[in-house]
Amino acid sequence: MTENHLSLIEKSKEYRKKILKYIFNAKAGHTGGDLSIIDILNVLYNRIMNVSPENWHSNTRDRFIQSKGHCVEALYVVLADKGFFPEEDLLTMCQYNSPYIGHPTKYIKGMEQNTGGLGHGLSICCGNALAAKKDNSPIKVFTILGDGEMAEGSNWEAFMFAAHYKLDNLCAILDYNKLQITAPNAEVIGLEPLDKKLEAFGWAVRHVDGHNLEELENTLKSLPFEAGKPSFVIAHTIKGKGVSYMENTLKWHHGVPSAEQMELAMEELI
Amino acid sequence: MSKPNLEIFSETLQKIAETDKDLYVVTSDSRGSGKLVPFGQKFPKQIVEVGIAEQNLVGVATGLAAMGKKAFAVSPACFLTARALEQIKNDVCYSDNPVKLIGISAGVSYGALGTTHHSLHDFAVLRAINNITIVAPADNYETEEAIKVATLLDKPVYIRFGKKSMPVNLDAEDAVFQFGKGRTIRQGSDLTFIATGEAVLPAFEAAKKLSKENNIEATVVSMHTIKPLDTELIAKLAENGKPIITVEEHSIYGGLGEAVGSFLMQNGFRNKFKIVGLPDDHTVSGSQNEIFEHYGISEKGLSELAMSLL
Repeated sequence: MTENHLSLIEKSKEYRKKILKYIFNAKAGHTGGDLSIIDILNVLYNRIMNVSPENWHSNTRDRFIQSKGHCVEALYVVLADKGFFPEEDLLTMCQYNSPYIGHPTKYIKGMEQNTGGLGHGLSICCGNALAAKKDNSPIKVFTILGDGEMAEGSNWEAFMFAAHYKLDNLCAILDYNKLQITAPNAEVIGLEPLDKKLEAFGWAVRHVDGHNLEELENTLKSLPFEAGKPSFVIAHTIKGKGVSYMENTLKWHHGVPSAEQMELAMEELI
Repeated sequence: MSKPNLEIFSETLQKIAETDKDLYVVTSDSRGSGKLVPFGQKFPKQIVEVGIAEQNLVGVATGLAAMGKKAFAVSPACFLTARALEQIKNDVCYSDNPVKLIGISAGVSYGALGTTHHSLHDFAVLRAINNITIVAPADNYETEEAIKVATLLDKPVYIRFGKKSMPVNLDAEDAVFQFGKGRTIRQGSDLTFIATGEAVLPAFEAAKKLSKENNIEATVVSMHTIKPLDTELIAKLAENGKPIITVEEHSIYGGLGEAVGSFLMQNGFRNKFKIVGLPDDHTVSGSQNEIFEHYGISEKGLSELAMSLL
């Protein structure tokens, strides 16, 4: 473990604590999914993407659209850490008349698009990536998809499109925690064999441990996985990762911890 | 020479693309039906084919618009505004991306192909969505202007038209085209037709017939913009207390008629009022003309209705 990754590990711990703090305050949030995508967001924003408050209005910034918009709390915490807005703004999250609602919106600096309806982000990313190709711009375009969201037909329209137009400046990362609101994906509507399906759709696919920061960084630094193909990262994650009683537990999809549970979580995250 | 508005649309886009390399046309296997084959031949780098995938069509157009491109998403109105409605609502309107949504072969243009291919719901669904201008040009002039204005507008716009030949310019006075401002194409003091899109022509013909045969003079307005509605003009038209008839190639529910009726009711106007459009019915089969005749969106139907109100 290099020092580089130790600092990322510390950031992930801090992010997890803050996610829980603001969800506890708001009495709302998609806790399980936030904890499952936070390591991916940490690596994207702190090691991979060229996105900052300073270059926010420049066309040269990389683009990120969080297609699984409901895990917005994780994105809020990372954007606040990057200095897009004061962190204390998040105390208004989900309160009356606050711009910090339960899904991403462009009214918050650092957000590219309003998401929340599932199966929308990837198509928009395709348009971004195609425009960048047309302009010979070197930017990269990223999205995080949810595993439940993979059942949306629009995603498969976009998979076809990205491969047809050889969008190798596009990378989709799947938060594969294998649980959706009703039950495990495998019971609701099976996704497997996912890598074979995506390869058949013309994507270059890699599996990673979605909580191993070093592996995530190395993988995302080797984009595109194959010239002329869009890249797909199947990030194997754990819903509720980092808090023992939340991990792999369906009720934490949008569960809000009690005061006692918060205390326990904070102890575990030290 | 009269041409289908669809052809005017394609010609106008080609003119703009000559100098504007940021103009992009996105199609869903619809370049033929959108008369865009010549555009694709002249500007192959500025046409993006997504295949028969309307949701992705609107998503990709959104992504292009967000990167500063002037993106026109072109697809039959029936599919564009139903299949991709959530993308229109969230990605275009809510996210405020200036995509130009072009609904081709709108209304009952596809005639005998039936209800799957008719769009009699588009005004209604889009009127209920915030942040979109809804336009149905009546003639070639309005179509060309609508495309030019939309290209320069940094906001979401929906424009729908059909494929039947339409007059070059119904307005002898040649009033300036502006989104949100109805064009009065005929002045009369006995009653008013407020029509939109390809239903303006039969209203105009009915007005001429009423004048010639019955000595009745009707005002005819092309209310090309359904939203924002030109309420200032409607108030002015209603002031004389004479009957008002709205005419549209759309369901009688949720379209121009109900928009005008709502404004009149809420502002104290009690003119006799009728909405002409497609009833809540299993639409009769036939060509666009036959369907129009069947439901009274015609010179005969509209003039008879006018007489019954006077």
